[in-house]
Amino acid sequence: MSNIHKALQDRILVLDGAMGTMLQQYKFNEEDFRGERFKDYPTPLQGNNDLLSLTQPEAIKTIHGKYFEAGADIVETNTFSGTTIAMADYQMEDLVYELNYESAKIAKEVADEFTKREPNKPRFVAGSIGPTNRTASMSPDVNDPGYRAVTFDELRIAYKQQVEALLDGGADLLLVETVFDTLNAKAALFAIEEVKEERNIDVPIMLSGTITDASGRTLSGQTAEAFLISVSHIPLLSIGFNCALGANLLQPHLEAIANKTDFAISAHPNAGLPNAFGEYDETAEEMGEQIEEYLKKDLINIIGGCCGTTPEHIRTIADIAAKYKPRPHAELV
Amino acid sequence: MRLSGLEPLILNENSNFINIGERTNVAGSRKFLRLIKDEQFDEALAIARHQVDGGAQIIDINMDDGLIDGKESMVRFLNLIAAEPDISRVPIMIDSSKWEIIEAGLKVVQGKCVVNSISLKEGEEKFIWEAKQIKRYGAAVVIMAFDEVGQADNYDRRLEICKRSYDVLVNKVGFPSEDIIFDLNIFPVATGMDEHKRNAIDFIEATRWVRENLPNVSVSGGVSNVSFSFRGNDGVREAMHSVFLYYAIQAGMNMGIVNPALLEIYDDIPKDLLEHVEDVILDRRDDATERLLDFAETVKGSKVEKGVDLSWRENSIQDRITHALVKGIDAFIIEDVEAARLQAEKPIDVIEGNLMIGMNVVGDLFGAGKMFLPQVVKSARVMKKAVGYLNPFIEAEKGEFQQAIGKVLMATVKGDVHDIGKNIVSVVLACNNYEIVDLGVMVPPEKIIAEAKAHNVDVIGLSGLITPSLDEMVYLAKEMERQNFSLPLLIGGATTSKAHTAVKIDPQYKNAVVHVNDASRAVTVVGDLLNKKTANAYVANLKKDYDEFRTKFLKRGKEKSYISINQARKRKFKINWETSQIAKPNELGVQVLKQLSLKELEPFIDWSPFFRSWDLHGKFPDILTDKVVGEQATIMYHEAQAMIKEIIAKQLLKPRAVFGLFEANAIHDDDISVQKKGKEIAVFRTLRQQLSKREGIPNIALADFIAPKDSGKTDYMGAFCVAIFGAQELADSYKAKEDDYNAIMAQAIADRFAEALAEYLHKQVRTKHWGYTTDENLTNDDLIKESYKGIRPAPGYPACPDHLEKETIWELLEVEKLIGVTLTESLAMWPAAAVSGYYFGNPEAKYFGLGKITDDQVTDYSVRKGITKEKARKWLHPTIAEE
Repeated sequence: MSNIHKALQDRILVLDGAMGTMLQQYKFNEEDFRGERFKDYPTPLQGNNDLLSLTQPEAIKTIHGKYFEAGADIVETNTFSGTTIAMADYQMEDLVYELNYESAKIAKEVADEFTKREPNKPRFVAGSIGPTNRTASMSPDVNDPGYRAVTFDELRIAYKQQVEALLDGGADLLLVETVFDTLNAKAALFAIEEVKEERNIDVPIMLSGTITDASGRTLSGQTAEAFLISVSHIPLLSIGFNCALGANLLQPHLEAIANKTDFAISAHPNAGLPNAFGEYDETAEEMGEQIEEYLKKDLINIIGGCCGTTPEHIRTIADIAAKYKPRPHAELV
Repeated sequence: MRLSGLEPLILNENSNFINIGERTNVAGSRKFLRLIKDEQFDEALAIARHQVDGGAQIIDINMDDGLIDGKESMVRFLNLIAAEPDISRVPIMIDSSKWEIIEAGLKVVQGKCVVNSISLKEGEEKFIWEAKQIKRYGAAVVIMAFDEVGQADNYDRRLEICKRSYDVLVNKVGFPSEDIIFDLNIFPVATGMDEHKRNAIDFIEATRWVRENLPNVSVSGGVSNVSFSFRGNDGVREAMHSVFLYYAIQAGMNMGIVNPALLEIYDDIPKDLLEHVEDVILDRRDDATERLLDFAETVKGSKVEKGVDLSWRENSIQDRITHALVKGIDAFIIEDVEAARLQAEKPIDVIEGNLMIGMNVVGDLFGAGKMFLPQVVKSARVMKKAVGYLNPFIEAEKGEFQQAIGKVLMATVKGDVHDIGKNIVSVVLACNNYEIVDLGVMVPPEKIIAEAKAHNVDVIGLSGLITPSLDEMVYLAKEMERQNFSLPLLIGGATTSKAHTAVKIDPQYKNAVVHVNDASRAVTVVGDLLNKKTANAYVANLKKDYDEFRTKFLKRGKEKSYISINQARKRKFKINWETSQIAKPNELGVQVLKQLSLKELEPFIDWSPFFRSWDLHGKFPDILTDKVVGEQATIMYHEAQAMIKEIIAKQLLKPRAVFGLFEANAIHDDDISVQKKGKEIAVFRTLRQQLSKREGIPNIALADFIAPKDSGKTDYMGAFCVAIFGAQELADSYKAKEDDYNAIMAQAIADRFAEALAEYLHKQVRTKHWGYTTDENLTNDDLIKESYKGIRPAPGYPACPDHLEKETIWELLEVEKLIGVTLTESLAMWPAAAVSGYYFGNPEAKYFGLGKITDDQVTDYSVRKGITKEKARKWLHPTIAEE
């Protein structure tokens, strides 16, 4: 049994909080994003957060360190948009391998430091695999509902490249997250299975969907349970939800799946809903109280934060999580 | 089992029977096929929506049809469904016999769907690979009870295949057992055949075993098959479906394709009907089928078929009879003829009056080109049924049958087995009130002569498809002359021509010889020949016409010049053997294809020749929308589809195939030495073009496509024979029911399947057994256009008109022993729906026509082959240039 499986038996694991929110505090400008290496790059690069792993690696390293410091067991690599499909916006398709490899390597270095310091609490790196900016089961053109801007195979190939680089860079597990179209996620899972088979390895996979609104469905229209069924063909480490909603609004959807699966359950909600200025202003205490509700109901094995969450939120969450036992799931019986 | 569309569908022990909607299936719904073909996707979506609204919990989507691009249509339709939440809320069943379509479907569905289906048919390796992929795509799977040997059709075979499939899936693939659905093959009962008696009960018992012994699996099936033999009697069908489901569900069948419109509530089935139906379904009595058949007569369909306009039933008796004859509707003809008989003075008046008035309308419309051959054949079917009903009354009255206006003897000549064309002509003449004496196929000349005398016929009609038949016809003409016959002789069949008739047959017989190139001309020709007033003038004209034609033809023939065989060899088709790609076959030796499914051959059917056999000319699929014949062609196409469906469902035709791949080298310019491990096992003799050609244009022989021995290279070639068995029996079963139309249809379909099988096998050979192309991705249209590498010329056809070479193929492949196809004395294959030939794989190999050859090659050939020159002349006769 790998370390993470063992850790999951022992306690509720804590995932880190937002990377983007932390990076905003650095107020990097176009020049900072470019660094020396991309000084003359033909496209504007500000906003390409994944690129900062190459141009501002110290900042990334520091943020990972802060989350581990706050009590996180797992940090996510800075690779949310690390596919050829998402990088096309910056014409950086060719950099995808390097971005993922370096990001994983940075996170792993930090994790190893902390594990060395606290051998009883091993730290893990989750390779973050975002949804890309295209959907395989919806048409972007209202006049042509049969049209698709991306195919399963295009996604599969792009994801495969990302997965290989993340593993090469040292990721301990993979986190397919913010899934708003289940077909995209299935392509990612397919790619991961291919890599697993080719390398004859096993890699723990976390999968996290996104319920976008009050209807309780994913953007591509599935209910929480339908989503769960659609991705359960692959042995997952955990399944859950992240983003879009605050902890309180996410709860019913976690309840919808928690007693219907043997996988571990994860959640990393936003710090509430964005306010009028697009900022997340739920405090660590407010969020912590709501998350405690999850734990009281035995809903959770892995908990963390998404948009708007900071090391402060994670510290509060970690403190609360330490008081509760993990939700019983198949690995425990 | 847990499935999902936008919403979940959970199946467990407490679930009710899951109903799968199947109207979105091009194979099962003509309407859906038409909509997809016409790209009317909005309406196609409406069908899907209607299914879901009507309670379908899964929708089965199938795009397997030769007329459409299945993969493209599947993807398009599934993408459109994804945009319709009221449809996509239910899980999808991706239904195809083609893996590429299944996989394309899996790539566009976000929910957990069901693949329908895979099986062990093509062996464990492919099965495992596909199952693994399906698992990775996250779908459940329907497993057909089918293995390398064939489809499971009894209790033991179902168990054997399911157990093995289950073990492979669970132990070797790691497939979740709850995602396995077995389709245990529902076959029809009450077919009248003893081996079908246990079809329903075996399914039910096998279902019970599977559910008890293979943990977590589901069992499914298409229910309407069970009542196939009661098509047209919905009352009985509904009861059969209910009874079948009642017991199958108790045994553990938990999902299936059921048409809710064709389902009676079990408790509402009248007790007497219930008893009869249960006797059949549960095989409770030996005479169950007969009893249900008798009883069924009293059961009317509870639901009237919508959309059928029956207003013509309000018209007068004559109008009704005429309508029935023109439209070919036989459902009411007995009723109408009986009504007419009661009004008539004598029963014969009904034939000479009512029916002839109707048939005259048919004749006029046909003459005016407003009716087509297949329609006329259908009219004949109605006519025959009517006359069959009246004959006993006429006999009872005056002891004689009605008089025909003439008697025509029809025969396919000695050595030949092809009779579709002959049958069509027979039917057309019969429905024009000629009496037909049909002697069948392979009729020796002495029998034709004797029967003609015995029956005192007015005309003799000869038919033949293969080239040796031409000589048989010449021989018969000579015999008729010798015995001082005066009857007109009709010549027809695919290889016959006006030229051959004029040049070879006409001079042998001083009376009328007419080449009838299509069935529609037969009526006017026979009419003219038998019209006492004008016959002499007609025959004189005919003789003159053929004489002129002959003179012109022979003159033209002489304008061509030929070179000697030795010169021709120097001008052979040259392939650079140093650089030419010679591919070694993956599998050398002779193989019999063990598992062949008609369903798989269906997409390979080339439809254009099918329509040609009915005198409907045009290229498929354009012919379906042709201004003149489109409507008729479409009707025929659908009828053919319906028959194919029945043939497949009841396994009425059996495909068989053998082929071999061998080492080979060209020797002595024109021969091909076939070898096994360097040892010669056979020699093919090929013929070389001798027509004098421009500089640079070669004189080709098939041997040119094989590396010569002195090149030092080992080359390869193949040979094959495929055949469809059962067509004769099927046609006979229709004939026994006075249904010539469907008899001919059955033969035409068997012929198409034989060609399709040849095409299918060639593809398998190219891509797998020989394997010189692995990335071939050709549509059926490409196949018909033969746009692939390598050729498969057949003895008897233009590149190698010599039928004798079939004997070599037969020995080399042990054809008769391995698949039972025999050769007649004229070297026609039996069964008639058969194709045999060679495989040449060189990229430069191409089809060509031999043209005429001269005497020196005939001599050379006889020496090479070790036969007398006389024998060589006899067989090469049609290809020898006139002196």
